[in-house]
Amino acid sequence: MTMSGIASAPIKRVSDSTSPIRDDHFGYAQARHLLLRAGFGGTDHQIRTLASWGAEKAVDHLVNCEDIPAQSDTPDEFDSAIMRPLTREERMALNRARQTQDENALAQYRTERQRRQRADRRQMREVGRWWLTRMVRSPRPLEEKMTLFWHGHFATSYRTVEDSYHMYQQNRMLRANSMGNLGDLLRGIIRDPAMLRYLNNNQNRKDSPNENLGRELLELFSLGEGHYTERDIKEAARTLTGFTYEDDEFRFNQNQHDQGTKYVLGMQGNMDGDGLVDAILRQEACALFIVFKLYKYLVRDIPFDLSALDSSTRKVILKLAQYFRASSYELKPLIRRLLLSRHFYDPINMGTKIKSPSELLIGSVRSLLVPVRDIGVVADAMDLMGQSVFLPPSVKGWDGGRSWINTSTMFVRQNTLVYLLTGALPNRSLLMRDKSNFDALSLVPSLQRASDLEASDEQIVRELSLLTLGHDDDKVVGSVLKGARGDGEEGTMRKNDAAVRALVLLTSMPEYQLC
Amino acid sequence: MSNHLNPSDVKAYTRRAFLQNSTLFASAALTVPAFLQSSAFALPRPMEGLSSIAGVDEDKILVVIQLSGGNDGLNTLVPFGQDGYQRVRPRIALSANEVLKLDRNGGLGLHGAMSGFKNLYDQGLCGIVQGVGYPNPNRSHFASMDIWHTADTNGTGDGWLGKYIDSQCCGYGSGTPGKNQSQNQDPPPPMIAIGKEAPLMLNGRTQMPVAIEDADMYQWTGDKMGKDLSDAYHEAIEKNSQQSMEDDNKSFLVRTAMDAQVSSTKIRKAVGTESLVQYPNTRLGSQLSMVASMIRAGMPTRVFYVSHGSFDTHANQGGLQGTHARLLQQLSEAVDAFYSDLRAQENDGRVLSMCFSEFGRRVGQNGSGGTDHGTAAPMFLFGPMVNPGLHSRYPSLTDLDNGDLKYTADFRQVYSEILDGWLSAPSKDVLGRGYQHLRVLKS
Repeated sequence: MTMSGIASAPIKRVSDSTSPIRDDHFGYAQARHLLLRAGFGGTDHQIRTLASWGAEKAVDHLVNCEDIPAQSDTPDEFDSAIMRPLTREERMALNRARQTQDENALAQYRTERQRRQRADRRQMREVGRWWLTRMVRSPRPLEEKMTLFWHGHFATSYRTVEDSYHMYQQNRMLRANSMGNLGDLLRGIIRDPAMLRYLNNNQNRKDSPNENLGRELLELFSLGEGHYTERDIKEAARTLTGFTYEDDEFRFNQNQHDQGTKYVLGMQGNMDGDGLVDAILRQEACALFIVFKLYKYLVRDIPFDLSALDSSTRKVILKLAQYFRASSYELKPLIRRLLLSRHFYDPINMGTKIKSPSELLIGSVRSLLVPVRDIGVVADAMDLMGQSVFLPPSVKGWDGGRSWINTSTMFVRQNTLVYLLTGALPNRSLLMRDKSNFDALSLVPSLQRASDLEASDEQIVRELSLLTLGHDDDKVVGSVLKGARGDGEEGTMRKNDAAVRALVLLTSMPEYQLC
Repeated sequence: MSNHLNPSDVKAYTRRAFLQNSTLFASAALTVPAFLQSSAFALPRPMEGLSSIAGVDEDKILVVIQLSGGNDGLNTLVPFGQDGYQRVRPRIALSANEVLKLDRNGGLGLHGAMSGFKNLYDQGLCGIVQGVGYPNPNRSHFASMDIWHTADTNGTGDGWLGKYIDSQCCGYGSGTPGKNQSQNQDPPPPMIAIGKEAPLMLNGRTQMPVAIEDADMYQWTGDKMGKDLSDAYHEAIEKNSQQSMEDDNKSFLVRTAMDAQVSSTKIRKAVGTESLVQYPNTRLGSQLSMVASMIRAGMPTRVFYVSHGSFDTHANQGGLQGTHARLLQQLSEAVDAFYSDLRAQENDGRVLSMCFSEFGRRVGQNGSGGTDHGTAAPMFLFGPMVNPGLHSRYPSLTDLDNGDLKYTADFRQVYSEILDGWLSAPSKDVLGRGYQHLRVLKS
């Protein structure tokens, strides 16, 4: 009896190369990996297409996505007025009521405010569903994936902002710059009403500075802890005084802006927020910090600590950071280089990353073509798994990696897949399941080819296993075939119901949680 | 402690057999999911249902009840006799005949909706620590909650009970995720949180808590789709878990899936039995009834976590009636029922409960008949091991810090006493330094 072969496996060096992968090394598995990481996975057909194109064309297709027409079938018109500020007349009436202690008028005001808050929470749910639907349908998956990256990076929660339209506006700003320039993103975020509200910069005035945004801008958004001093934070806050918003627009309140000389990150002058961004971009720590986070998001869950990394990964991170700085913080060349690199396709990085809730669910819909059934159920399930869009747990965003997984979220993950595949909910009887049609057999390539209509049951399970798990290990195929076919005779797997059962088993395997 | 098999529990038997076999594969305890490592878990214990066994630490249980959102301490433990109280809270203050008085002359009473707590107090099962807080109070829900969860005033690091578990299994700090097992000591069984999240408090470096939102949901839906499918799944997980030796993500997922499967069976079975007493039909009532059922079923879990709220009563919080009153009533009825149940099980002596909130609220009411985020508030401890009555002293209503109460006890004093006196873990290892005990527990 052997010990699963770990000790005897030869130790292979991790590739430290950021040069492009050779086309003859870019096959089905690599194309699948690319689609999983630079998007939400794909169908067998999409994987084959990318594989046939070769690495460069495949990566360019994902990165240079503005050439692909954006979808037009999702409405993106939301009501900007639900949480509009009170008009001058309304404010005066309210003040009058307060002064005269007019309880009726005050009660009426409170009722009206509660009504608006309810309406706004409803709209927030709609915006959330709109975004999830966009992730499911977009022909530019990397754009959505990067928008989600920046949402987690510049984490802003509706719980504090309480204005769905501001959250929506921020989402659009992040999407428009998702693969643009880091400087534009930083300049955009310090003008973003939702962020200004979230980190209290609307209360950052020259006589009573509020350091919240200044601190997080350095600590979480650009440099990382240890690359600035407490003095830098105080000075950064001064540069941001008067950066506020009015209704849905950014406003620079000259009167509240500190016009004095600031000393921040080694720069000096009468700087404002843009001057602060310039100072940040001069720091070497900035490129390194962003590359670390992007690597963590797209490649592998690593600690923010160069000395804790294996030498190959360290070399790759440093090279990419240098490249990012040299290309003036343009994101596209950075992402392109990363996705093309040999390091990205090293076995250590393939099939080893824990899927985020969105990667799991959006990915399952996009690769298995299951019906979405009820996007509200999907959104609720994501919440149970710990990832509610527009409601990140804190300004740190989502920790990701193993923090997604506990015994409870494991069941939610498996059960939501059962729901998507069969329509059955864990707390309802099977009879009440959603009966939208799901053609599982259409996923089996050999059943789509006229010459292969006689595919064996085992062959069918094998192909479903490849699609879901990326391998067709005999042991897994054996168990799944037994479980899905039961006592049925050969040929049973050509029934849709049996194929669905096979998929229920395959997606409940712990390794389906990996991408 | 020897285990005897319950023949009706065929699943447990098969898994147990499997685990005994699996020890042939490797000595590393990593093969065995955490939930099965404590041999007592898989099977009912011989001493099940009996009262506390002297000298057996494993028998002691801590139940944490979190009041989320910032509970208004002043309207919970009410200083109705003090002049400053009524004056600054004209709309929400409780008068002398709206409280349940705790002493003759001190002018302190529990909110009138808390007859359950008063009941426990009168039976000598309730200790109240007054004025609990910490230096430089943070008024953000998240930040302050993190501070209470980590026992660190920066709110960083692992959860304090997670650190406790770490300190039990491998010496705090020396563990790496998943590689916690020393040769001769079983790690403690995972802590259980009722809710969808594994709270930070229970997150350690080496062990993750089990989180259960709803026992009905805590199972694989595929099990309903026929025996073939169900068997194939369990077989695959078990086959997989024999190979999950490494600290890679796949092994981690396999172990979690195995933990989920095994705990699912046990927990749903435990929770499926009818309680010995009637619980109030509230969320907290059902959470505590689940905990009581798990204790009754003899699960060796030492820490349970439940939460109740939201106490974030910025507007219209009410006085004797209203939002806050309703929350307090739900709380006190549920805890009262919980201890009746434990007493009927003869398990009350094993169970210490601790009730806290991330902060209290400001002394004065705000313009909307509510209260804004404040500082110090009372903590409640329950169980026969508690020194009943009032501890520490009530913060002054006149000597304030910017309109906020000054704390008179540090919450870590309570934590340290629970660690040293109840969980038998040196509190210094967990909290980083010693704190003076308030003698809230009988020695």
